[in-house]
Amino acid sequence: MPEMNLLEAIRQGLDEAMAADPRVFIFGEDVGKRGGVFRVTEGLYDKYGPMRVIDSPLAESVIVGACIGAAMNDMLPIAEIQFADFIAPAFNQIVQEAARIHYRSNGDWEVPLVIRVPYGGGIHGALYHSQSVEAFFAHVPGLKVVTPSTPYDAKGLLKSAIEDPNPVLFLEHKKTYRLIKGFVPEEDYRVPIGPADIKRPGEDISVFAYGLMLHYCLEAAQTLAAEGVSIEVVDLRTLRPLDTETILASVRRTGKVLIVHEDNLFGGFGGEVAAIIAEHAFEYLDGPIVRIGGPDVPAMPFAHSLEAAFMPSPASIAAAMRRLAAY
Amino acid sequence: MAEVAETTQPLLERATVDELKHYYYQMLLLRRFEERAGEMYVKAKIGGYCHLNLGEEATIVGLMAALTPDDYIFTNYREHGYIIARGVPPGPVMAELFGKETGVSGGRGGSMHLFDRKTNFMGGYAIVGGQVPLAVGAAYALRYQNKPGVVVAQMGDGTTNIGAFYESLNLAKLWKCPVLFFIVNNGYGMGTSVEAGSSEPDLWKKGASFRIYGERVDGTDVLAVRDVVRRLRARAEAEGEPAIIDAVSFRFRGHSVIDSDRYRDPEAVRRGRELYDPIRKFATLLLEHGVIDDAWLKAVTERVEREVQEAIDFANNSPDPKFEDLYKYMYATPVPNTPTTEDAIRAVKINHGEFDV
Repeated sequence: MPEMNLLEAIRQGLDEAMAADPRVFIFGEDVGKRGGVFRVTEGLYDKYGPMRVIDSPLAESVIVGACIGAAMNDMLPIAEIQFADFIAPAFNQIVQEAARIHYRSNGDWEVPLVIRVPYGGGIHGALYHSQSVEAFFAHVPGLKVVTPSTPYDAKGLLKSAIEDPNPVLFLEHKKTYRLIKGFVPEEDYRVPIGPADIKRPGEDISVFAYGLMLHYCLEAAQTLAAEGVSIEVVDLRTLRPLDTETILASVRRTGKVLIVHEDNLFGGFGGEVAAIIAEHAFEYLDGPIVRIGGPDVPAMPFAHSLEAAFMPSPASIAAAMRRLAAY
Repeated sequence: MAEVAETTQPLLERATVDELKHYYYQMLLLRRFEERAGEMYVKAKIGGYCHLNLGEEATIVGLMAALTPDDYIFTNYREHGYIIARGVPPGPVMAELFGKETGVSGGRGGSMHLFDRKTNFMGGYAIVGGQVPLAVGAAYALRYQNKPGVVVAQMGDGTTNIGAFYESLNLAKLWKCPVLFFIVNNGYGMGTSVEAGSSEPDLWKKGASFRIYGERVDGTDVLAVRDVVRRLRARAEAEGEPAIIDAVSFRFRGHSVIDSDRYRDPEAVRRGRELYDPIRKFATLLLEHGVIDDAWLKAVTERVEREVQEAIDFANNSPDPKFEDLYKYMYATPVPNTPTTEDAIRAVKINHGEFDV
């Protein structure tokens, strides 16, 4: 089984999906000749040509909008938003049209669309190249929101997303692209959209995370293990539909909860996880539900010192785990 | 209403007697459907927001007469007439306005969100400009799959001021898409005139910097609309050349049924309805040429009256959507951890105070 980084796994997933089904095409800024700013689509333009790997104008509304129309007309489009921060002009198309057409047409039309969105910070990208946007979109029924954290999951979830007849927002943490490596099987496989994955089983605290933070949590859990605290790390993988069963089962086993995301805390996705646990596993809790997230500032600042203050770290996560273990 | 040159070609060289009669019938059907829909709104059979096609009948019928079954149609929220002229019976359309289960969107959409898969009617869109990028994508799909047909993006004059319109023009030309940007120019975006809202009030010129050809047509002349759509449709299909059609007409009433229309001079509106009534104009023309006579007019009026009444009766007698179906069609496939029929029943019972949470 070859080892590769997360970016390569996504590229391989795109390549295989395009080879398998001529209805699949990619549309986004500089995805063609340049191979994308992160080089995710590198080589695909040469292999599949300009009708299938299409350099878009700098116009996010029509990138997503045209993909919706093509999806309604028997194609399987993959839109790429170059940076999650640039998704705002397409918000209307994603939320008002893609998410609602199947419902409001009473099932007449489907929108089998994937929107790939590199997100997240810690890469010195400053305010408009670091944002996390999952909370905006996970709020919307009719959308699916996927946040893979490992190469294996990324490729398997991507293929599921492409085959899914619903609009899927596929969030790729930029810092994990080359940082995170893992084994990816050579044979064809899928990771279903929906189920969470227990990346590290444990007994004392349940930790829920995704994206880059999942890896920071695993690192912190390793630290805590040396201190005699057993941490269960659950990779949510899909934010909508959320795997509440796995979440609640884990909480019922451990009795303590830590939720970690990079997006700022207020109104963030962690609030939803906390609410579900409070509603359905209240009597199993041995301590307060603890959340860690980015601070509530307008966006991630540029300077190293300020960025470091924004990003939760393995150390800050470990500290929260310790406090919770001692509670 | 903006002025447009008229054709001098003799009537019977342009259409057969049967076609002419059919266009008249369709226009009258749309007229009475909308007038009665307005009445039904006053009687509280229809609620919410409701925008009528009164004054635009020739625009709609002319457009649909030029399209083929291979074509796809996206419209804005003023679209009752479009789906009927495309071939969906008035009953399920009226039922949708009433919010009934038998409506074209199962009562989920209402007036502004009509869909019909069978006739490639890809929907009414309540967000201004929401449909325009989609039409370009659907047209790209036709081109990619080497399928016949074109895609129509119908919109109001106000939509030509939103960014998505320009993004769509750009992409349509870049991609050589068989798409027609069909602007229903009734002079007003709600209460703001075209001149007040658009620095270029000649809307057909708005494609110029995208190298997209545009043309203005008298939207109250059913044959003129049909002919321009036919011509530009054929070009779009054969050459992948998008085009803008600026069909001018006169809006008979306010923006929606609850708009009191105070921003227009009542006398000008009264005069406009007389001058620019596409149905009266067409009837006069057909009578002058001996295509129809008074007896035929009487018969077709009675037929339309009956059909619209039947549509109202159908809507009236149709059941409401079942509340158990609240969560149906959220996703195209079963999705874990989404609410179910049981959840919907429970929610309604709680709302009705039938049991505690």
